[in-house]
Amino acid sequence: MDFTFRNKKITGILTVLPHKVVTFEEEMGNYSFSAAKSMKLKLAMGYKEHRIAQPGQCSSDFCIYGMQYLFDNGLLDKDGIDALLFVSQSPDYYMPPTSNIIQGHFGMKHDMLCMDINQGCAGFEIGLIEAFLLLEQPAINRVVLLNADVLSPKVSDRDRNSKPLIGDAASVTIIEKSDDASVIHANVRMDGTGAFALNIPAGGFRLPSSAETAVMEEDAAGNFRSKDNLVMQGDNVFNFVQREVPPMIEHLLEQAGVLKDEVDWYMFHQPNKFMLHKLADKIGIPYEKMPANIVENFGNASGVTVPTNISYNLGDTVVDGIRKVCLAGFGVGLTWSSILMDLGNMKFNKIIEF
Amino acid sequence: MEQQIIRILTELRPEFDFNQNINFIEEGMLDSFDIVNLVSELDSTFGISIDGVDIVPENFSSVEAIKNLLLKNGAK
Repeated sequence: MDFTFRNKKITGILTVLPHKVVTFEEEMGNYSFSAAKSMKLKLAMGYKEHRIAQPGQCSSDFCIYGMQYLFDNGLLDKDGIDALLFVSQSPDYYMPPTSNIIQGHFGMKHDMLCMDINQGCAGFEIGLIEAFLLLEQPAINRVVLLNADVLSPKVSDRDRNSKPLIGDAASVTIIEKSDDASVIHANVRMDGTGAFALNIPAGGFRLPSSAETAVMEEDAAGNFRSKDNLVMQGDNVFNFVQREVPPMIEHLLEQAGVLKDEVDWYMFHQPNKFMLHKLADKIGIPYEKMPANIVENFGNASGVTVPTNISYNLGDTVVDGIRKVCLAGFGVGLTWSSILMDLGNMKFNKIIEF
Repeated sequence: MEQQIIRILTELRPEFDFNQNINFIEEGMLDSFDIVNLVSELDSTFGISIDGVDIVPENFSSVEAIKNLLLKNGAK
């Protein structure tokens, strides 16, 4: 499904990272890799270090810390927020919505919309598209998009598919109406037949957590997980990404009438370095235009990797200037989505620690 | 090319004999992490980038399969 939008822009991105750093070396002993294999994987996959939340910290805590920072520094007006979107796979509760909890925490106005969206790896793009749709309404002039995930407690310490790469983080993105008439192109694709390629089997209403679901079991590849843990069918996810993402990007650029070389930055979701480099090769993009350093420095925090990527790698270049960027997310759902837009003259674009 | 493939495989998993005519995947000689490392080594050795859609276990099941994969992806 294709979308086009006009007169909308991102005016600020704040990424909030846990201050706790865990290194690959600290965890290597859990994975039964030989030392030589570990070193090779470190280079190929981007195993280096990741940011992990403290026990008890939830997604909303990171969002509240980030929003408070923006209020305190005069970068966001609490009363000027017309919609609050919270995109996550790790809400505080089944009910109520975490977006309502955050709205209540700050005593925000009642005349607004709060909405939780259950999305992960493509959650930044899905959230932006939802924000652009909401901004078509006369009553909505400013949307705050919160992407947040604290999924590390759901990943088994002995799952070498997922544990070395998982990260926790949140981002606060401000989207507003604008006089800028440049066109934003976007698309979304979904395939629920692959819904269980990434999943947490137990803990919902279908299979409530119990003593039985907490029992650790070994899979064919030597990973140990319980049904309460996140499962990633790594091979299937890799093949899905390599098969579906390149044609999606080709289609996006074709729809926009933009050549690959005319895009300044390809800011993609970062599951691991190997997958990103293979995508870059397939699409025909130089590695320099597709940063792949988020997962090795901070870990994969699902929908937060793209805003982290923008904050970390573009910094003030999109505060002082304008860049044409291609955003893409792909993963849980299965969902894949991309956006081509200008990023520039933002009020802020930075990382803070919580 | 076959000798280069066997050398790379042996460096990755020195405990196995890759001269045998057996299925490397079914025999558990290569797991998905070995394939990541193997692809990285093959890419740099042969100056190519193996297409991501070709990175499936059956293409790494024997020296012959790996050779065919390399030829398909432009290795000389």
